[in-house]
Amino acid sequence: MMSATTFAGSAQFAAASILGDGGRVAAAVAAALLLNARYAPIGVSLAPWLDGPRWRRFLHAQLVVDESWAISARGEGRYDPRILVGAGLLLYVAWVAGTAVGAIGGQALGDPATLGLDAAFPALFLALLAPQVRRRKPLFVALLGGTIALALTPFTPPGVPIIAASVACLLGVRR
Amino acid sequence: MSSVWLVVGVVGLGTVVIKAAGPMLLGGRPLPARATGIVELLAPALLGALVATQALGDGRALVLDERLFGLAAAGIALWWKAPMLVVVVAAAAATALARAVM
Repeated sequence: MMSATTFAGSAQFAAASILGDGGRVAAAVAAALLLNARYAPIGVSLAPWLDGPRWRRFLHAQLVVDESWAISARGEGRYDPRILVGAGLLLYVAWVAGTAVGAIGGQALGDPATLGLDAAFPALFLALLAPQVRRRKPLFVALLGGTIALALTPFTPPGVPIIAASVACLLGVRR
Repeated sequence: MSSVWLVVGVVGLGTVVIKAAGPMLLGGRPLPARATGIVELLAPALLGALVATQALGDGRALVLDERLFGLAAAGIALWWKAPMLVVVVAAAAATALARAVM
């Protein structure tokens, strides 16, 4: 159910794990919204490329997840809205269907870590990052973003390191 | 059980608002030149952070574990210009293999 209403995986995992550990409702909500706060700057980056009436911009914006956003990036701050919407719809259907399969058949799978599935996420993001860092400036910013996020991880709630890493693009512009 | 649905509802609503904010307020208009320079570096910054935290983070701890084999395998696959699905599967396979052996 949460997959259908909150289309953003990491926030779901965070909220579910906090509730699963007996955490408070407020803590689960705060963590999930902090993780999703990255969609505010992401939305700004896409804004010039999403046009049309308000209802269409609103619906298209809901199809934005890390993966659909990154795959629609054409480099140098340009985005292809058709790829964004196509990938977003495909991901949404797969995400909800996959969650339903997992809820019914999850027990049969055992521990996903045995299959190395936890390594699929960094690999996916690395594959999305690779075409964007052919020049020195974005490469520097990516390394800086990763460093900032790692440095903050032990000291801040989950989600904050990712948002803080967006500061890297300000430093990259000055350089 | 009701607290779970409260979280689902509030987070769902909040996420819809966050995602809509940029395109609704700024949609269809070009950004000023200065802002474009910043925005084009946003993708590398956030993706770099996601790679780092997904590879090394475990809650609030930083750990070196078998995921690094997966990330190395992904790097090699990308070097060979493998398609994205191959990169992801290679990472999962390398990590699973390392866990099975170690």
